[in-house]
Amino acid sequence: MELLECKHLYKEFDGKQVLKDINFKIPKGKIIGLLGKNGAGKSTLIKLINDLLTSNSGEILINGKKPGVESKKIIAYLPERTYLDKEMKVNQAIKYFSEFYENFDKEKAINLLKDLNLDINKKISKMSKGMQEKLQLILVMSRKADLYILDEPLGGVDPATRDYILDTILSNFNEGASVIISTHLIADIERILDEVIFVNEGEIILTSSADELRNKEKASIDEVFRRYFKC
Amino acid sequence: MDYIFDNERPIYIQLVEKLRTQIVSGELKQGERIPSVRELALTARVNPNTMQKALAELENEGLVYTERTNGKFITKNKELIDSLKKQLAKEKVINFLKDMKNIGIDYKDAIIYLQELGGI
Repeated sequence: MELLECKHLYKEFDGKQVLKDINFKIPKGKIIGLLGKNGAGKSTLIKLINDLLTSNSGEILINGKKPGVESKKIIAYLPERTYLDKEMKVNQAIKYFSEFYENFDKEKAINLLKDLNLDINKKISKMSKGMQEKLQLILVMSRKADLYILDEPLGGVDPATRDYILDTILSNFNEGASVIISTHLIADIERILDEVIFVNEGEIILTSSADELRNKEKASIDEVFRRYFKC
Repeated sequence: MDYIFDNERPIYIQLVEKLRTQIVSGELKQGERIPSVRELALTARVNPNTMQKALAELENEGLVYTERTNGKFITKNKELIDSLKKQLAKEKVINFLKDMKNIGIDYKDAIIYLQELGGI
């Protein structure tokens, strides 16, 4: 059984089709890049998978089941915008995660935060933007999930933080789990991808193994993407 | 060893090339146990699946072998390593001679340059 399968998904907002006939499958143990420009429909698709929106038609299956309570247990989701209450202190956020998610590995989160020399008594709002991004990623990656979905994890962070984020993803995703990374910053991330899905104007226009695509086009994924979407 | 990748070529091929170099240079020694796929992937900062694919290729070539319970090892076959070394050396010389030819220097003159600078 596939870990995730989307079949003929359609979604419209106010009469505008934002997703059109989306079909793809994601097996276990892969890192997949969901690549598209801003407004291509990536976040909408991710919200459908996370049961935060409902499709107009089509079907999503996670381990063979529709999105819901069960799928939320096995998907660790990093949204594009924070859902943490910034008035919380770091240790309160950790407590919140351990109460909310059975599969949250508190020890792991605390150790990762120690590596960053982060004071866990600090309020989130008092931390730098980069540090807030790292904290959220650590909370998400400390869950023993089957599927990690990271929506724009690299948005607006400096290059050193980018490296930290990539390393944290690589070293912490559960063995056998898959990771979906949505981004338009392809050059920074393509090194770690198994597969790529190109999304444009609500449609999937290409799915491929990353190395096969490089081999076929004799170019980087970033370059191939630019060729496809030349303005 | 630095792992800097050229995003225009398949990453696993670049990993295979780097590991071959480490084997012929002796950085990875004959019969040496190599770290787990996950560890190697982290060091190279690549996806474990990509590292797995690279190791499978080396195993195909006989440069790496698996002992069922103990993990993966570098081959003890010295002849195989020597012949790989020769092959890599040939490729490098061919590329060098091509580059020299491009700037109008034939192989006889190239030898003079090599002798002059060989001590470096």
